[in-house]
Formats: sequence, C-alpha cells, structure tokens
Amino acid sequence: MAALDNREFIQTAIDGHRHLDGALLPALHAIQDGLGWVPPEATPMLAEALNLSRAEVHGVISFYHHFRTTPPGRHVVQVCRAEACQAMGASALEAHAKRSLGADFGQTTADAAITLEPVYCLGNCACSPAVRIGDRIVGRVDATRFDALMAELREEATA
Amino acid sequence: MNMTVYVPMDSGAASLGAHELAQAIASEAARRGIALELKRNGSRGMYWLEPMIEVETPAGRVAYGPVRREDVPGLFDAGFLNGGCHALALGPTESIDYLKRQSRLTLQRVGVVDALSITDYLAQGGFAGLRRAVRMSPAEIVAEVTESGLRGRGGAAFPTGIKWNTVLNTTADQKYIACNADEGDSGTFSDRMLMEGDPFCLIEGMTIAGLAVGATRGFIYLRSEYPDAHRVLLAAIETARETGYLGADILGAGKAFDIEVRLGAGAYICGEETAMLESLEGKRGIVRAKPPLPAIEGLFGKPTVINNVISLASVPIILAMGAAYYRDYGVGRSRGTLPFQLAGNLKRPGLVELAFGTTLRELLYDFGGGSASGRPIRAVQVGGPLGAYVPESQFDVALDYEAYAAMGAMIGHGGLVAFDDTVDMAHMARYAMEFCAEESCGKCTPCRIGSTRGVEVIDRLMAGEARGKQLALLNSLCDTMERGSMCAMGGMTPYPVRSALKHFPEDFGIDATQAA
Ligand SMILES: Cc1cc2nc3c(=O)[nH]c(=O)nc-3n(C[C@H](O)[C@H](O)[C@H](O)COP(=O)(O)O)c2cc1C
Ligand code: SF4
Ligand code: FES
Repeated sequence: MAALDNREFIQTAIDGHRHLDGALLPALHAIQDGLGWVPPEATPMLAEALNLSRAEVHGVISFYHHFRTTPPGRHVVQVCRAEACQAMGASALEAHAKRSLGADFGQTTADAAITLEPVYCLGNCACSPAVRIGDRIVGRVDATRFDALMAELREEATA
Repeated sequence: MNMTVYVPMDSGAASLGAHELAQAIASEAARRGIALELKRNGSRGMYWLEPMIEVETPAGRVAYGPVRREDVPGLFDAGFLNGGCHALALGPTESIDYLKRQSRLTLQRVGVVDALSITDYLAQGGFAGLRRAVRMSPAEIVAEVTESGLRGRGGAAFPTGIKWNTVLNTTADQKYIACNADEGDSGTFSDRMLMEGDPFCLIEGMTIAGLAVGATRGFIYLRSEYPDAHRVLLAAIETARETGYLGADILGAGKAFDIEVRLGAGAYICGEETAMLESLEGKRGIVRAKPPLPAIEGLFGKPTVINNVISLASVPIILAMGAAYYRDYGVGRSRGTLPFQLAGNLKRPGLVELAFGTTLRELLYDFGGGSASGRPIRAVQVGGPLGAYVPESQFDVALDYEAYAAMGAMIGHGGLVAFDDTVDMAHMARYAMEFCAEESCGKCTPCRIGSTRGVEVIDRLMAGEARGKQLALLNSLCDTMERGSMCAMGGMTPYPVRSALKHFPEDFGIDATQAA
C-alpha cells in the first residue's frame, strides 16, 4: 500500500520536472522533499522517464551526500563539522550529540525520532558551532543547548 | 505614520532567534495598541550583536542588540521606537565603528533594505547599473567590467572582463550565465548574506552579464545547505519577472533574460566550475578536463560565463558608478573591495567589506576584537579548507592576491577562520586530508587515493612511528597531489597540511628543521 503511494508520488514528481534541462537533480530533490528519502523504486522510474540507464541514476544518487536511500527519523539533525565550527568546539559537540542520541552519523535514534548527519558548513560560521534541524539553522550550540533542542523535537513528536 | 522596525531575516540572525523576536515585537506592539511596520532586512554582518534590530527615527536608523525576546517589553518601556535609551542601545547604526570603518560597495544594501522589497531596492540605487547597461553595446559593458579590475571572488581570482570577452566573442545559438552559489568553503558566508539580504543585486548583476555576452538564460547553482537563501531567491526572481526586470523584454529594451535556481546536493566539489556544470546537467559532479574552457563549451555544450555570487553582485555598482570608481579601491592588481568574513574563535565575528591591502592583524583585532576565548590567536586559515594556515608572524602581510600567493597562501573567497592556542594543528592537517578524501570527485588518483593515504600517514606520524620516514612520505605525497591532481581540490589540500607542518611543527612532535 505504502509502496503504491510512493510510486504515485514519485511519478508526479518526475512528471513535474522532466521538461527541465538537466532534470535529474530537481526530480530527486522533489522526491526526497516529499518522501524524506529516495526509495529504490525511484531509480528505474527516473531512468525510464529521463532516458538514462539505471546505473547512471544510481550513480547520481550515490554521488551526492544529500540524497538518502533509507528512510530517516522524524527529524534530521545535522551538526557542522567544518573548521570554523571546530574552532568553537564542534568536535566536542559532535561527540556529545552521538553519545546523547546513541546514534552515529548516518544513524537514527532507537525511538525513530532523530537522524544524525554531519554537514560541512551551513554558512553560519560567525555563530558557530552550528546545527541544522530540518530547514532551521541554530547557532552557538553547546551540549546544554543541544539537549534542549532535542527535547523540544521529541516533545513535538509526542504532543 | 507607522513606526518602522527592522528585524533581520538573515539565517545567521535567525539562528540566534530573530524570527521569534520579530513575533514578540509584533505582539507586544499589538498589546500596546501601537501601529508598527516590521521590515525584514538582511544582516549588517555584526553577528555578535545579532539579533540586532533597528528603528527608523527622524535622525536616521538607531540600533539595539543583541536583543532577546525577554528584552522586548523593556525596550517598549524605554521608548525604543523613538530611539530611547536602553542598555542594549547601540546608537545610530551607521556610526557603529565596525560598520563605519568599512567600504561597503558590493554589500552596500545588505541589512539596509527589506530584502524582498523592490521598492526599497530602487530607492537605494538598485537597477541604476542595468539601466545604463541596456543602453550600451555588449562590448562596452565588457570593457567597463574589464577596466574595473574586477577579478573572480570565488577563489581563483581570474579577471572577470576577460572571461566575459571570451563568451562574447564565441558565436552560438544559446549562451548561459551560471552563477556559482555553492559557497562550500568553511568560514565563508558573504554569498549567503548577499542572496538573503539583497537578492535583486545578484539578479541585476546576472542580467547585466547576460546583456554583455548575449546570454538569455541564467542558472543559479545554490547549495542545498542554504534553505533560506533558496526561498528568498525564488521570491525575488518572481518579483523581478512581474516588474519587467527579468523576462522577454528587460526594461522595455527588447532584450530577454531569465533566471532559474537549481539546488546542489551536498557535494563540496560541485563548487569547482566544471563539476558544477556537470551537476547542473543532472550528472555526478565530476570535474571536466580543460580545455575546452567553459567560456567556449560550457553548460549543455554552450558558451557559459561562470561567476561567483559576489563577482556578479559587484557588477551593478561598477556599471552604476563607472569602472574607475571601483578600481580606485584596492592595491596593485587587487582592485575594488572584498567582503572579508571573520569566523571561528573571535569576539566580534562578522562580515567586513574593505578594499584589498588591509592586513589580517587589522581584521582579527581591530574588527574581530581578538579571540572569543580571550586566549592568543595562534593560527588563521584563510580562503577555505584548501587555504593555508597563517601564523602570527605573517599577520601583517597585506591582503592582496599576489602578496598572499607569494607566501604560499591564498585569499580565495575571503573567509578567515581564527583558532586560539588550544588548537592542535596536527589534527587540523589530518582533517584537511580527511575532508579531501570525503569530498574528492574521484576522477584522479593523487587526490582520491592520496588523501586517504594522507590521513594514514599523519596518524602514524602522530603515533610516533618512525617519524623521519613518515614525514618524508607525507612530503612526497603532498608533492604528488600538488603536481598530479586535475583540480585544486587535490592540488591545494597540501596547502593547509604543509603550512601546518611548516609553522607549527611542535604539534607534530617534530622540530622546525625537520619540517622544512
Ligand atoms: C574544489 C573547488 C571548490 C570551489 N568552490 C567554489 C564555490 O563554492 N563557489 C565559487 O564561487 N567558486 C568555487 N570554486 C571556484 C570555481 O571553480 C570558479 O573558479 C569560480 O566559480 C569562478 O567564478 P569567479 O571567476 O567569479 O570567481 C571552487 C573551486 C574548486 C577547485
Ligand atoms: S583533484 Fe580530486 S576533486 Fe579534482 S578532479 Fe581530481 S579527483 Fe576530482
Ligand atoms: S563552519 Fe560550521 S557553519 Fe560554517
């Protein structure tokens, strides 16, 4: 049932973008924005619609860090690992995030609430260390602030 | 008349609570029955003061900051709407030392205007450059940009006019303007601030570029890490179309130009211009061999101008004020201004637009206020993750492209990342290799394999295993990467590594004679 819905969604996303020059990336973005990830059935559908081989489509999906081939948790939390954030304690924040969530980069917490990802600069280097939660950027994040933010996310989920 | 309050919507200010603050101000005003116009501007770039709000008074704009939600009732009580006294009062915005001492040319409107108001843009001199450009011949526009001395602000510092001239002189049925808004370098955020705070300026610059070379279509390749810039750009492009600044008939001059925004997908290498073209074409971001130059065979095989956001956003003022006005700023062959971005361990991090020729010491101490931690600043990485670490002994070298190249460093995009004396430079060198291994496009072996081996060698060096041998190995690995890589990713990763070894050998457990 869910798979059927996915297929329909993917087809609509593809149809909405196939007229563009270089349509593959915009179509992949639309799929991931809607579903949270790029499910395996998208590959043959994209290949068919855009006249590419499955290998080419797979090659593109796997090249870009942004595209996910497994479903994420309810929230995606990215911690910046780049130099400006490091200068203000990002390494400690990264360690704290992994420990407190019990999840490594690329993993999702046991309660499926939070997927943790690394990111290399959010352009918020003047307010480092920086974190992104969905489309929200948060600055000057330390361990305490991180815990509060995660608690907020989990409250939203149960509310 | 309504009172006007400016609350930035810049994502940096928002990351410190600006949206919640805007709401709090609106509801407090409603509670007090005060009619208020809330304008959402960009950031003035003084991030230690964000969220910094401004009120319009008869004597000009007055600033308060950093303002938290809890401060709002007190500000109303203090009559801040009329510029009243308050502990957070900063005085007239333009008189704040940090701002007053800058030469804001490219970012002159960022933080001043409501980013999405075309009326504000026009009131602040917007589209004056385009108005002039539509009356000029393409060759005249190119000549004006060439004479300004503008060099690419995205890293390589190639003269913009020469690039445009190549595209102008190539015949094709379709040409493109591709704006590089990938801004992947750590410590850089001027592209983001410009796009979020003055999107019409980029639109104007791209349109002038289109007129100059005969391109009717433009793409902005924007990194997916910038969701706010994405929203702002889409809205601004829509407005520009509706008002005749984009589309089939620019300013009624019978010339067409339009812009599409395309999102990247988290790959640093897609900032390299040919990898960006591949990505725009919907492919893996693998670097292309040059020649052919993108100016001759670029996007979809057509002649393409590829420029950074700041390069393109510098064009409107050059056209509006003339080449000489812009060229008169700067030193030597580094003309005009650069938005230096102060990041990392600094008390007053932010954006400082200045003419070339200033020094790191001035930026770090006079503007940056020294380290945030209060400890000595030990190393500054200039120009992003491929840039060298500069030690204190070189803080007084003038920031100009040639002077920096002469000391084995680069200005790049103008990002400065300061580290205090707790930094472990061996760790930073290792990180540079790790980043290259993670982000390499994989096309050439020195970069793809060399960076992985680099991490391993540094690990063995740090473990104290046969130090002399590891060091020799690391040096020859760096040589191979520098000489054998196709692009600057592999070719310049040795810069941070070697500069760390050279200037901070003690962190690697070696002495200076061994490092050299
Ligand atoms: C690995 C790598 C990453 C780069 N990233 C960017 C970037 O994020 N933004 C940018 O404008 N230029 C970047 N560049 C430079 C571009 O290749 C190109 O020189 C530039 O976009 C041209 O525009 P400009 O002449 O206006 O600077 C990068 C280069 C390399 C080698
Ligand atoms: S140096 Fe690295 S990033 Fe550049 S082309 Fe070679 S493998 Fe790709
Ligand atoms: S380095 Fe972390 S936001 Fe730029």
